[in-house]
Amino acid sequence: MALNPEYVGRTFEPSAPYEVTRVKIAEFATAIGETSPLCFDREAAEKAGYRDVIAPPTFAIVISSSGAANVIRDKGLGLDYSMVVHGEQRFEHARPLHAGDVVVTQTTIEVIKPIGKHTSLTTRTEIRTTGGEHICTALNTLVERGE
Amino acid sequence: MLTPGTELEPKTYRATRLDLVKYCGASGDFNVIHWNQRIAKSVGLPDVIAHGMYTMAQAGRYVTDLAGGDPGAVEEFGVRFSSMVVVPDDDEGATIEVTGTVAEVRDDGRAVIDVVARQNGTKVLSRARAIIRVS
Repeated sequence: MALNPEYVGRTFEPSAPYEVTRVKIAEFATAIGETSPLCFDREAAEKAGYRDVIAPPTFAIVISSSGAANVIRDKGLGLDYSMVVHGEQRFEHARPLHAGDVVVTQTTIEVIKPIGKHTSLTTRTEIRTTGGEHICTALNTLVERGE
Repeated sequence: MLTPGTELEPKTYRATRLDLVKYCGASGDFNVIHWNQRIAKSVGLPDVIAHGMYTMAQAGRYVTDLAGGDPGAVEEFGVRFSSMVVVPDDDEGATIEVTGTVAEVRDDGRAVIDVVARQNGTKVLSRARAIIRVS
């Protein structure tokens, strides 16, 4: 196995704070073709009971993957990123991310296992506000292709 | 009103090269296989391929529509990336067809939706499931 199995269960240091902005939510929603006014119009979002414009559910990847970058680049783990494909992705939201959230992420390596000649790596990234409110759990499985 | 066992109307979504470039910028994922045909082919891919997360986002639009157009009502959403979406260098790009089945409707106003996405009949998202708030 190419990945260091001793890393299973390891929790990494929290990321630097990330500030969710209206402009970034609008840019992401536009890029994926999401047209819901709740992503673009603060009044519409407030009318629907949200504090500000909200992000589409998969926006959490922007935050979780930048937060998990230090894990992927950890030399001791031994991941060859050029051989990586995205295997599975899952988000569990306690509430949507909205503009004005300032969040930090913390990533734990849950599983490292061989699949034939490949190896899969599953990480759990918790997204919380700097005040400690849990917003989203992102579960990411990467597959490192073997030769 | 969602009823368990109901097969939902399929919808199609597009992925052009421009869409992928926009998604690179918005997501911060600039992996060359999503925008450079020469390098994509040199590493053994048939052509430029879409970000798995772009495809997941299209399925996310599908379940958002089921949740009354409220992206915040998509509480849980998970997928398996079972095949690549190949995006040719033309004006049409790739067509992703998304279908869904109502797996469960819960007493707490939530519904469980099983989702499949295909390109040219090949499953690109499998074991995809969303839990949405419907009331």
